[in-house]
Amino acid sequence: MKICVCVKHVPDPNLPVQVDPDTRRLVRDPVHCILDPADEYGVETALRLVMGHGGEVVVVSMGPPAAEDALRRAMAMGADRAILVSDEALAGSDVLATARALAAVIRPEQPDLVICATESTDAYTGLLPGALAALLDLPQLTFARAVTIEGNTVTVQRATETGYQLIQAALPALITVTASVGEPRYPSFKGLMAAKRKPLDTRGVAVLGVEPHEVGERGARERVIEVREVRQVKQGKRIVDDGNGDSVEEILAFLRSIQVV
Amino acid sequence: MGERRVWVWTEIAGDAPHRLSLELFTPARALGRAEAVVLGPASERAIEQLGEFGAQLVHYAADPRYAEVLVEPHVATLTALIESERPDLLLFPSTPTARDVLARLVGQLGRGAIANAVALDYDARGRLLATVPCGADALATVTLEGPLPHLVQLRPKAYAAETVGGQAEIHLVDLPIAEASCRVRVIETVEQPAPGPNLEEATVIVAGGRGLGRPQNFRLLEDLASALGGAVGASRAVVDAGWVPYSYQVGQTGRTVKPTLYIACGISGAIQHVAGMRGSRYVIAINTDPDAPIFELADLGVVGDALTIVPKLTERIRAR
Repeated sequence: MKICVCVKHVPDPNLPVQVDPDTRRLVRDPVHCILDPADEYGVETALRLVMGHGGEVVVVSMGPPAAEDALRRAMAMGADRAILVSDEALAGSDVLATARALAAVIRPEQPDLVICATESTDAYTGLLPGALAALLDLPQLTFARAVTIEGNTVTVQRATETGYQLIQAALPALITVTASVGEPRYPSFKGLMAAKRKPLDTRGVAVLGVEPHEVGERGARERVIEVREVRQVKQGKRIVDDGNGDSVEEILAFLRSIQVV
Repeated sequence: MGERRVWVWTEIAGDAPHRLSLELFTPARALGRAEAVVLGPASERAIEQLGEFGAQLVHYAADPRYAEVLVEPHVATLTALIESERPDLLLFPSTPTARDVLARLVGQLGRGAIANAVALDYDARGRLLATVPCGADALATVTLEGPLPHLVQLRPKAYAAETVGGQAEIHLVDLPIAEASCRVRVIETVEQPAPGPNLEEATVIVAGGRGLGRPQNFRLLEDLASALGGAVGASRAVVDAGWVPYSYQVGQTGRTVKPTLYIACGISGAIQHVAGMRGSRYVIAINTDPDAPIFELADLGVVGDALTIVPKLTERIRAR
């Protein structure tokens, strides 16, 4: 079985957000970028499935050269090889353009299964997997809490707002996984060393067979018109508790003033 | 140019339209002629309700297979309807199935889409303007280029549902469903009553983060919430750490809440969390770190240990 896992290099969500004091925009320093924690669940799912059924795990990403980091991390967890789509022409790509670029590298791999996170931790639109499934003409099984494969059939427990659905399709298929699929493994020292020697193939737009106008800024349908500051620092009251809970009186007074008690 | 046709992707939950779909008729009416798309069996009453919330036309396909198969037949039907009816704008709620349909439609039609919008308008030149959060402190205005219809998904509670007491005409959709599109079958649907509170409807929310130290301390928040008749929420950090179930999570990937009062205990105020509670009317923040960003949002900021303060507060409220 061959499994392609799509991953993304994102700003570390555990670090305090860095804001440029001049532009007030988020700083996306590649040094503080990591393999999206949401993607670790996809890598873990792939590794477990291959452990049970045999086969190969290929991790795929689109991003600047620094995104190699995220792919090495996935290989340190145990993925066999990686493909990075990286090209100046891809800068500014929207969801559709990203899906086109990823589809172009995944299609020739002819995987049995494509795995994505439900949504990335930085952009969180969650639109990429479905767009990719459409472009690859694969059935999409989403919001997986659990994944099993028997013979040629993939079964997914799909989280819903009020419980879950058991859904099924024949392979090949695309699935998106949630954090409920199982705790991702931590790379071992041996894994980290091995990852340095595993094959990582970097491809530009030229070899993908996508038209340059389909990707990057030119291919993007979404245009940002303006970004405006909405930071509202409330001029609220600030008190310091004495360590024994003396602030409770102030809190009660506040609750009374807004008629909560 | 005639009146814009604005379609709302409408899901039916039990016997009524999904509340997140109903919210979208408010912007749909403001921007043009509101129409609903309902794929799958719906009761007469549910369809009637759509008129009451402002739909003038309901495109309705009763074929039960829409409920038995996920989303390729829906996307195929929607694609055919778009082709024949030529709507200007499609609005999708933030439900799992709406997201699946929208995402596949993006690939299928080769269109762009805007997700997570909190407001929508057209400018004088007829350009679509969508407001989307951009980090914790900024809002971006974005537009879409390319052929109509434009595709937009809205965040929960971006608009309030409003009854206007209308009556909708029904357009029965009877497009064939190709067997080849029925690839993802629903074998079983299991309802699991959420272990957590109903955060979306609570007027008071007591929420906890890493600063509580350990999962057992969430009990203190439950006590305070029950004394105030409220619900308990949590930051992503503690949900990821397995302290409480996902249903507690408030934030951009969790629930969006707008209570009268939000009491943040041991929560630093990361973007991810703030995005889900920014709309709270009043905020009390209790945190040992005087530099925690949550204090910027607080009407009352208490620098102190929630583990000491919260039980005392509960006791005083109960004693009243």
